[in-house]
Amino acid sequence: MSHQSGCTEGKLTAAVYLAIYAGLLIFLAGCLRRILVYSRTPLHLRWEIYPLPHEHPYRAAYGGSYFETQEWWRKPQVANRRGEWRVMAEEILFLKSLREFNRRLWLPSFLFHFGLYIAMAAIGCVALAMTCGLFSAGIRFAGFIHMMAPLMKASGSVGAVLIVTGACWLLMRRATDPALKNSTHAGDIFNLFLFIAAFTLLVGGFLMHEPGTASLGEFARGIVHFDRSVNISPVFAAGLILTSALVAYIPFTHMAHFIAKYFTWHAVRWDDRRNERGGAIESQIPVALGYKPTWSAPHVGADGNRTWAEIATTNPTREAKK
Amino acid sequence: MSGGIKLRDVSRPDSEPLIHLENEDLMPLPAPLEGPEKDRAWAALSEPARSRYECGLDNTCAVNIPKPKTHDEEAQLVARFLSGLDKLFDKENNWTFLQPLLLTMEHCTGCQTCAESCHIFEASGRNELYRPTFRAEIMRRLYFKHVKGGGLLSAWQHGDINVNWPLVARLIELAYRCNLCRRCAQSCPIGCDNGLVAHELRKLFSQEMGIAPREIHENGSMLQLKAGSSTGMTAEIVKDNVAFVDEDISERTGIEVHTPWDVQGADVLLIHNAGEIMAWPENPGAFALILTMAGVNWTMSSELAAYDAINYGLWYDDAQFARVALKHAEAAKKLGVRRIVIGECGHAHKAMCVIADRILTGDLNVPRESYLPLLREIVLSGKIKFDPARNNFPVTLHDPCNMVRLMGVVEPQREIVRALCPQFREMTPHGVNNYCCGGGSGFAIMSGNNFPDWRFHVSGRKKLEQILNAFADCPEAETPKYLCAPCSNCKGQFRDMITYYDLWQKNRIFYGGLVELVVNAMTDVKPGFIDWEWR
Repeated sequence: MSHQSGCTEGKLTAAVYLAIYAGLLIFLAGCLRRILVYSRTPLHLRWEIYPLPHEHPYRAAYGGSYFETQEWWRKPQVANRRGEWRVMAEEILFLKSLREFNRRLWLPSFLFHFGLYIAMAAIGCVALAMTCGLFSAGIRFAGFIHMMAPLMKASGSVGAVLIVTGACWLLMRRATDPALKNSTHAGDIFNLFLFIAAFTLLVGGFLMHEPGTASLGEFARGIVHFDRSVNISPVFAAGLILTSALVAYIPFTHMAHFIAKYFTWHAVRWDDRRNERGGAIESQIPVALGYKPTWSAPHVGADGNRTWAEIATTNPTREAKK
Repeated sequence: MSGGIKLRDVSRPDSEPLIHLENEDLMPLPAPLEGPEKDRAWAALSEPARSRYECGLDNTCAVNIPKPKTHDEEAQLVARFLSGLDKLFDKENNWTFLQPLLLTMEHCTGCQTCAESCHIFEASGRNELYRPTFRAEIMRRLYFKHVKGGGLLSAWQHGDINVNWPLVARLIELAYRCNLCRRCAQSCPIGCDNGLVAHELRKLFSQEMGIAPREIHENGSMLQLKAGSSTGMTAEIVKDNVAFVDEDISERTGIEVHTPWDVQGADVLLIHNAGEIMAWPENPGAFALILTMAGVNWTMSSELAAYDAINYGLWYDDAQFARVALKHAEAAKKLGVRRIVIGECGHAHKAMCVIADRILTGDLNVPRESYLPLLREIVLSGKIKFDPARNNFPVTLHDPCNMVRLMGVVEPQREIVRALCPQFREMTPHGVNNYCCGGGSGFAIMSGNNFPDWRFHVSGRKKLEQILNAFADCPEAETPKYLCAPCSNCKGQFRDMITYYDLWQKNRIFYGGLVELVVNAMTDVKPGFIDWEWR
């Protein structure tokens, strides 16, 4: 290896490391920002939709609620967390709603999402290996990586193939299904192409494994130690950089629905918490009723100085008389 | 002409309708309405309506928005719309729904799962205009462009839209082409809520621009706050009318009934949809009879708005909603009752038991519940004797969305019907997966122009299909059939839709509430409480 090519490879390796670091940091910051935006919104009115999985299993099966009980406020609220976890697992892993209500889109979407989970598991293995590498050195780390490598290779490859297959299928659906075409933006097409390109390069580069390039273990150790001497193939490097860019981009798009889903399900669709006297909800209501709206329609009677509580306790038909 | 429209068409500068539906376009119905030729012909929108109001959506007109006279006026209306749009995303103005609205705006993937669940979309023959995402996508593009700042990158990522008066006018009408049944939200894999989008649009138009259908604003929530009821009945009139109902029920059943008013410290404050007293007096009469015979300590209130459970604000205006909910709670507090029980009115159930739960505090937070668990206890407890043979005719049960999908009251009514109606049969699907009657969110009382034609042909079509299928084994006129609808609004829709298709005369499909079936089966009552007289 000449000195010049070694320098070039060192630069490429550094660029890959930087892309990975930056991608993860931006991803985490973007996700955190999104979580903060939604969690800082004020208490909203109840807006649940049944069935609720945390109801008593008997009721959850047909969509019943505590409102089916006379004097429900005298009985404790059921918190069937097991039911909730079961529904969440079915929804996250197998996209139950899509399977039930939109079967045509389910298989491509399932392949795509399941591929992502497998790929994340592979990344988790690499992260675990990296963490172990920080605390143990030399032969023990090499042995651990050696043991984990087949699992990482297999899961990473299967995950990437599923992602690319699912993304291609989804792309085809968006291009050919008239219903989907009308609600598809340029950004949606770009997102799918980005997935296809990033994971094709990633799996292609990984499987080609040019002679002289680093093993997965060496690469994992290299990320931790910022070791620029690790030799990465240009295709794999391109895949890593593109995937890092994709990861950084996700929280700024509707693809961050994995965050939204927590709120839409737990804080809206499944939120049947009761407003009990002296409870947490009751204490938040005066804050909300203290907001000062500026709606312009005369019947509302908002002027930016009156609170919601004041508006709600006035009668526009009596005010008009005055 | 059906389908084929694009999102950008809503900004089309002319005032020509975007679509025009014919019977041939619609989802087919089973016998006796199979085939477009057996369906009713649509009434055309009148020329005066077309020339005076904005009717550029679909050849019908629900809101009656006067056409602006000048470009300046148009520009002012657009500016007010955009100002209202900003307010929807501001916590001081819209704390009530900010979180679910933001989540819906920012995460829809356009997968169209919601469309498969929407009865209006399906019934229209899958017309693009009624796709749940059509309205939501317009709103989403406006949100990213005008609330989030827009720009080229945003337009590329979220799509662009040209906002002008024709778009706003069409959007006002389009907000009233959704029953707010939220079946679409139930099926969304992300949890986005396109029903909420229609609700929030209605709110923007009402709270910022003062635009809402006359039937639900001036003649609805405003009249309720002025006179005490959207029926126009004052306290004196409602007491007179109820006294007349008591007299009639006593005569028909042979059991003396007297509705108590303003009883301090009663166990139950019963609040009916006052429309029942006017249109279906046998319903409040049946309630009075059942509660009297069961020995319940109950009362009605003659306080302003407290003898009418309706709360139309639920459909279009948070301020109006809160005002009416407070009136109900204040009346209960004043009487010192132990609980409020809501009668047969779906939206009143959700308004008072569910939504108002986040605005009532302290001693205004009087416990509130549906009448159904109480009725189930009375029926199944053995306090009253029943003879199910008196209800030995085909009965099917409609699930009002607000009580069932949106409140989870599913089984009590079924336990009653199973116990009292030997020929009970379910609709498919039912329970929380039910379809709206087509009159939800105010449509049942909106009858201007040719809007009822749309309401029967499109929004009520899926339910009509379900009803006809439920009675498919006994279509003949010799067999009277009972469609049980424990909700005033749904009953109004069924009355009008059954009349429109002449299904009472030809097929003897009758409709009514649940308490009427209960009284009809009481052995102590003279037989024939359900008189099979069309009303």
